[in-house]
Amino acid sequence: MIKYERFTVSNGLKVLVHQDHSTPMAVVNVLYDVGARDEEPTHTGFAHLFEHLMFGGSVNIPVYDEPLQVAGGENNAYTTNDLTNYYCQLPAENLETAFWLESDRMLSLAFSEKSLDVQRKVVSEEFKEHYINKPYGDVWKILRELAYKQHPYRWMTIGRELRHIEKAELDDVKRFFFKHYTPSNAILVVAGNVYVDQVRMLAEKWFGGIAPGLRYERNLPGEPQQVEERRMEVKAKVPLDAFYKTWHMSARMDPRYYAADLITDMLGGGGSSRLYESLVKDKKIFSNIDCYHFGSHDTGLLTIEGKLVRGVDIRTAEAAVEDVLEKMRTDLVEEKELQKVKNKTESIMAFEDMSVMSRASSLAYYELLGDADLMNTELKKYQSVTAEEILKECRQIFRPENSNTLYYLSE
Amino acid sequence: MSLPSILDRKIPPPIKDAVDLRLELKPYTKYILDNGVEVYAIDAGAEEVLQLEMVFFAGDWYEGQNGIAAATNFLLKNGSSKRTAYEINEHFDYFGSYLNRNCYNETSNIILHCLTKHLHELLPVMRELITDATFPQHELDIYKQNMKQRLEVNLKKCEVVANRQIDEYLYGHDHPYGKYSTLETYDALDRDAIMSFYERYYGRGRCVIFVAGILPSDIHHQLNQHFGQLPLNKEALPEIQYPVIPSTQKKNRIINDPEGLQGAVRIARPFPNRHHPDYKQAMVLNTLLGGFFGSRLMDNIREDKGYTYGIYSYLQNHIGDSAWVISTEAGRDVCEDTIKEVYHEMKRLREEEIPEDEMMMVKNYLMGTILGDLDGPFQIIGRWKNIILNGLDEQYFYETLTTIRDISPEALNALAQKYLREEDFYELVVV
Repeated sequence: MIKYERFTVSNGLKVLVHQDHSTPMAVVNVLYDVGARDEEPTHTGFAHLFEHLMFGGSVNIPVYDEPLQVAGGENNAYTTNDLTNYYCQLPAENLETAFWLESDRMLSLAFSEKSLDVQRKVVSEEFKEHYINKPYGDVWKILRELAYKQHPYRWMTIGRELRHIEKAELDDVKRFFFKHYTPSNAILVVAGNVYVDQVRMLAEKWFGGIAPGLRYERNLPGEPQQVEERRMEVKAKVPLDAFYKTWHMSARMDPRYYAADLITDMLGGGGSSRLYESLVKDKKIFSNIDCYHFGSHDTGLLTIEGKLVRGVDIRTAEAAVEDVLEKMRTDLVEEKELQKVKNKTESIMAFEDMSVMSRASSLAYYELLGDADLMNTELKKYQSVTAEEILKECRQIFRPENSNTLYYLSE
Repeated sequence: MSLPSILDRKIPPPIKDAVDLRLELKPYTKYILDNGVEVYAIDAGAEEVLQLEMVFFAGDWYEGQNGIAAATNFLLKNGSSKRTAYEINEHFDYFGSYLNRNCYNETSNIILHCLTKHLHELLPVMRELITDATFPQHELDIYKQNMKQRLEVNLKKCEVVANRQIDEYLYGHDHPYGKYSTLETYDALDRDAIMSFYERYYGRGRCVIFVAGILPSDIHHQLNQHFGQLPLNKEALPEIQYPVIPSTQKKNRIINDPEGLQGAVRIARPFPNRHHPDYKQAMVLNTLLGGFFGSRLMDNIREDKGYTYGIYSYLQNHIGDSAWVISTEAGRDVCEDTIKEVYHEMKRLREEEIPEDEMMMVKNYLMGTILGDLDGPFQIIGRWKNIILNGLDEQYFYETLTTIRDISPEALNALAQKYLREEDFYELVVV
C-alpha cells in the first residue's frame, strides 16, 4: 500500500507527495502529458528531441546537470509515445535545488541555437545506434506503419525518419514548449525523506509563479477498426529469419486490458510460457520467442516475435504459432496456469515498488491515467480476471482480420 | 497567491555539500552453515521480498575448455532427475519468482528473487539444481543451436565485436579475461565435460551465499537445512594462473559492416585491481574523465560536438588484473576525431589545473551517488558482495569515502600523468 497526499498549487499544478523516512534521499519527478503521439506527422521525433533540449539550459540556469551534481544528485528522463518523464534523486537536505532546477525549466528554456544544433546531432546518433546500425533495428518502424494507418502510434518515439530531426527549427521548439510544458499539463511527484508542508511551501515558492498555460486538449485521430488481415515481407542483411505478428488490443484504461496483459504472460513470460515451451523447446522451430505489449494509453498492440531456427520455413513457423493460439481460442485456461500469471503480476509489482524512484514515477504515471490510487488497486483487477474472460479476450484479439504479420527474412 | 518578488531564480538555493553527509554501509549479519558455507545477510526493506544469491567459484577461470563454465551455469535449471526443465521453470514461475543464473570470470551464480512468504517452497528446488542437475543431451543440443544463432546476430553489431577484441588485446586470447566464444566453441561442448565441471565446481565446489530483503526469522535454519549438509567448501580450489599476453599492436581498425553508419570506439590500457593504492584515486579521476553525465568526455564529445549519443570511461570490474577503458559508439566519419578528442582530454588532465568547482562537483556527485546506491537491501548487499569477493573489508568502503573527500586537484594531475598517457593505450575502431 503506497501512501501519498495530493494538493494543487495556485496555478493548477498537481502535486503528489509520498513520504518515506527510511531513505536519506529525495526524488523529484515531473511528468509532462505529452508524447510522440502528440506530434505532427511532418515533425515526428520532436517530443523526444525536446527531452534532450530540456538539459540544454533554462532561462535563468545555463546548465541543468551541473548544479544538480554539485548537490549530490543525478537525473534522467524518458519519452514514450504517450508521455515524457523527468526525474532526479538527491540527498534530501538538498531538495530545494531540484525545485529550483525543475521550476526554471518549466518557466522557460534558454532556447539556444547551439544546444539545438548539438542535440540534433546527438539524437541523430541515437537514431543510428538503435534503429539503423543494428540488425533488425527498423522492425518497429515497419510494424507500426503496418498496424496503424491513422493514429500517431504509426511512428516511433525516436521519429519516423532522421530527416525530421535534422530539420527541426528553433521556432518549432518554442511552439512545442509553450503548448505542452506548462503547469496545467504537468504532474509533480516528490518522494522520499520529505514532508508534505515542506513540499507545499517549496512548490508554491518555485512553481507558483509560473503562468498556468492552456490545458492541452488531446484530439487524436482514432485508429479505424482493422477489417482485413495485413501481411508484409522484407529482406535485410540479417543472419536469421525473424517472425513478427501484432494484433490490436485494448487501451490501457479499458477493463479488458487486464486479461490481455495476463495473456501475454501466459504466452511469453519466461521458461514455462506456452510459446517457449512448445516452439523453442519441444518443436525447435524458434531459437527465441516472446510475447509482449507496451501498455499503450490508446489502443495498443499485442506482439509475438521470434527468430527462427535456421532451415525452418517461415510459413511452418507461423503455422506453429497459430497452433498455440488456436488452443488459446478453444480451451479454458487451467486454474493453476491462471494463478501462475497472477502471482507473477503480484511479484512484479512488489519488486517495482522497492525503490523510491520507481514509486515516484509510478504515482505520476497512475495520476496521469486518471488516479494515483490505481497503483494500490490494480492488483485486485488482475486477481479478478476469470478463465472465461481470458478465453473471450483471446477470441477477440487473435482474429486474422485483427492481425499484422511481418516476415523479416535474411537476404 | 502572487509570485514572491524576492525570488531570484539566478541564485541557487543553499546546499549541504554531499561530501559532508554521513554515509554508512549497513553492517551484515553473518552465519556459517554446518558445512562451513558463509552466509552474508541484510535484513531490511519496505516490501516483503528478498534476493538470495549463491555464488560459486565456477567461472571461466576454472574451465579446461572454452565455454564449459557458461554452459554448465546456463543448463543448471534445465532438468534434474526429478523434474524436466519445464517443471523447474513452472515451479519458480508459479510462485512469481525469478531464478536467474550468470557466469562471470572467476565466479558464477544462481540468484533468486521472490516474495518472502514463498522462500520455503523454492529452496528445495534450488538445492536440486546444485545437487541433482542432469544436463539432458537434448537440452544441450538446443542450447548449442540457439547460442550459435544468437552469436551470429551479435557479431553483426560493431560494439560486440569491439568488446571482444579490446579484451583480447589487453589480456591475450588464452586468458579468461581475453577469450571469447566462437561457433566452434559451442560445437565442441559435450555433456561429459559439463557433468564433470558441475560435480567439481558446484557439487563439491566453493560457495558463498548473499541474502537480502525482508528475511524470514528462521533464515539461518532454512538455509542450513537445505544447503548446510552438502559437501561444499571441503576441497581447496585449484591454483590456476594465466599469463597476461597483451597484443603487440596498439592501434587497430576493423571493418565489420562496410555500410554501417556508426563505429564502435574502444581505447583501453591495463590497470591494477582494487588492492592497488592508486585504485581509489583513479576512480575519482575516471569519474572526472568519463564516469558520469557531467564528465569531460561527455561534455566535449557529446554535448559540444554531438559526435555520439554517449561516451563513457570505466575501470573494469575484475578480481585480478584490470583495465581502464573508454567506450563509445560514434558516427562513422567522426570516429577518428572522437579519438583525437579523447587524447586531448587526457592531455588536459595531465597538464591543466583542475578547477575547484569541478572538483567539488565530482566529489559531491560521487558521494550523492553512493548515498543513493545504498538505498534498499539489494543495493547494500551488492556493495558487500563486491567487497567480500574482492578480498576486501569495510575499510575499503570508508577509505573510498575519505579519498573522495580529501583528494586534491594536484593529486589527480599526478595520477593522470602516470596513467593517462596516449602511448599506453590500445585503440580500436570497429565500423
